[in-house]
Amino acid sequence: QDGPDPLIIETQDWAMFTGDAVDATPYGMPIRFEADVIRRNVPWLTADPISSINFTPIHALDGTITPQGCAFERHHSGAIELAKEDYRLMLNGLVDQPLIFTYEDLERFPRENHVYFCECAANTGMEWAGAQLNGVQFTHGMIHNMEYTGIPLRTLLNEAGLGAAGDLADKWVYVEGADASSNGRSIPMEKALDDVIVAFKANGEALRKEHGYPVRLVVPGWEGNLWVKWLRRIEVTDVAVESREETSKYTDVLADGTARKWTWVMDAKSVITSPSPQQPITHGNGPLVITGLAWSGRGKITRVDVSKDGGMTWETARLGRQGDTKALTRFYLDTEWNGEPWLLQARAMDETGYVQPTKDQLREVRGENSIYHNNCIQTWALASDGRAENVEVS
Amino acid sequence: VATLRMQVETAGQRGDVALASSSGTATVHSQGVPASGAALGLGRPAFDEEIAAWDVKVLPDGRGLPEGSGDVWTGDEVFAEYCAACHGDFAEGRDAWPVLAGGFDTLDDRDPVKTVGSYWPYLSTVWDYVHRSMPFGAAGTLTDDEVYAITAYILYSNDLVDEDFVLSRETFGDVVMYNADGFIVDDRPVTEYPIWTGEPCMSDCKSAPAEITRRATDVGVTPADDGSMAESQMEKELASLGGVEWGKERVAGSVFMDPNAEPEEEAAAEEAPAEQVASAESTTDATAAAEGPDPSLVAAGESAFRQCASCHQIGEGAKNRSGPQLNGVFGRVVGSVEGFRYSNAIKDASSEGVVWDEETLSGFLADPKGYLNGTRMSFRGVKDEADLAAIIAYLASFQE
Repeated sequence: QDGPDPLIIETQDWAMFTGDAVDATPYGMPIRFEADVIRRNVPWLTADPISSINFTPIHALDGTITPQGCAFERHHSGAIELAKEDYRLMLNGLVDQPLIFTYEDLERFPRENHVYFCECAANTGMEWAGAQLNGVQFTHGMIHNMEYTGIPLRTLLNEAGLGAAGDLADKWVYVEGADASSNGRSIPMEKALDDVIVAFKANGEALRKEHGYPVRLVVPGWEGNLWVKWLRRIEVTDVAVESREETSKYTDVLADGTARKWTWVMDAKSVITSPSPQQPITHGNGPLVITGLAWSGRGKITRVDVSKDGGMTWETARLGRQGDTKALTRFYLDTEWNGEPWLLQARAMDETGYVQPTKDQLREVRGENSIYHNNCIQTWALASDGRAENVEVS
Repeated sequence: VATLRMQVETAGQRGDVALASSSGTATVHSQGVPASGAALGLGRPAFDEEIAAWDVKVLPDGRGLPEGSGDVWTGDEVFAEYCAACHGDFAEGRDAWPVLAGGFDTLDDRDPVKTVGSYWPYLSTVWDYVHRSMPFGAAGTLTDDEVYAITAYILYSNDLVDEDFVLSRETFGDVVMYNADGFIVDDRPVTEYPIWTGEPCMSDCKSAPAEITRRATDVGVTPADDGSMAESQMEKELASLGGVEWGKERVAGSVFMDPNAEPEEEAAAEEAPAEQVASAESTTDATAAAEGPDPSLVAAGESAFRQCASCHQIGEGAKNRSGPQLNGVFGRVVGSVEGFRYSNAIKDASSEGVVWDEETLSGFLADPKGYLNGTRMSFRGVKDEADLAAIIAYLASFQE
């Protein structure tokens, strides 16, 4: 600074004139300076924008909670408008009493609050065969993390009674939505009775239309396709339905052509969100905060390591807060950068002791014709000018 | 007369839910809600008719299939009418929509072609999905017989049945799916977790310093940071990719849609008819220019057109998508964009020389299926009259 800063020594408009009145925006949007923090899609991914997906701008967020307004969307027949008064939830199949609930009925059950991440099984799927999309929003943005308010699914199953189901060990719960795709999925009873939630609020407010208003399913730690939106029916069955979304899609082809099915769990994964291709270093040399997100569908994140040399050496990052089970954890590495070219990587560990693998390690086991469940270590090449690029390394 | 199911009176009779706890991942719930307990008596018993209306699932063993049947040749006709616009006459797929036939023995390739024939392990899935979710934009409108026929045709197009095959509940069990034994249950706990568990390496973890082997910028398919990259620009870039094997064909298709999409050829093929249409519109062009659409109405129409934009493109470089491109639509003969597969209803109107003008567009856009019985345009209609006028003005502004 050559001299006194005019922003300080001169009286600014905002310090002289009044600002907006209280009701200027009865339900606010982010200030206009943040207008680039938005969901984006990749038009060539899908045949049309109705059965499609977009991506959370995770490069521009911090902390762990994803605002609903920029949390990624995936629809199979578009986001529908379903009013609370038109909402009905059916519970049938191998239950003692098939029941119909209204939205008001659901509000009378004891409810819980939990923070969970929701990750599409295809997140990072475009990177299987090579570095392709130059932005963490696109490589890792099919994820969001919200605080859900809802009813444990077991409470509703209990209300209908599971006596008719007999031995629960081999039973399933089939769930489907009210939209034109219905997106039916089968969930094993053990999971249904564990931590699955029938949710109607996220981050304190009603679910947004694009996230299943008024009611969606929350299946902690498991792939997003199971989190059925506009939930309209829950059925106890004696077999998996083997719907389109659990056979032709969301199955994982291995090198020999055999495919894995029922690959519901999202394994431990992490990624550096800044610096990254959409978030270059612009402040020059000196102190630098490297930050990112880590998560595991099998429990809590216990540790994240960061490498600056493409995986040769690692240092352990600081967790913003102790990890919650099946929720995003923020990590920071408070460091110094002086224009060195770095190959930045993050590596997550969860409470089972699982260590996030490299892309080559994944390929060794699964081959290269897979799509879903790519939880590989991501590399950003940081150039001396502060720009970062999506690369693969030897 | 609706039959009310017997109400089970007490919570005790319903039976409490036993909590499964064999899994090592079972979560402790600290919020104090009982894991099991007495039912609260909320909700009401479901009517049989309600269950019948919503519970339409078909299980792998065929349970849930309704009465009815359909043969291959009927399926050929029904498929052409309802499915071929996206999936192609022979289930080979169009644009980036899913290919349903072929791809046999490609599953161990780097680019597996996953079709009903090559990949789907259960026939029930085909029937169930077509029945509940297709056609796209008009789900649940096919009769059971039509679903049987379409399913039979898809099987035939994959050489899984003969041409005289008739699919019904009775013959369902005779069909052998090609990839029925191609799936294993998730084995990551055995094949992956043990080798990736333990204390990781912290220093000297590689035998040689890491070198960059691939760069995303060499592929160049990332949308611009302001999200503005138009599809045409994207396709131009894709066209320049040449032999990059992890480009669009490889990745885009296999994630969600058709692995065989070839957008460059598509683009070339569709631009020609657009020009022909444009030149044929010169007379109408003059008329429209003389009257001149109201600019503010056009601006309002641009905003209202968003409800159309999922299926229709307009403006420079517009191409046919789910719906035909709309350049020059105002004033031209109905159903005259070459290369677009119109419904019979539109074709009939076309042969009668019906022209898209203020009156016909108003009627059609307000209530597509009511105005033109048999149209495939699956849209509820523009209900707001101001929006309707604005959209028509907006359409009329694209006369080139």
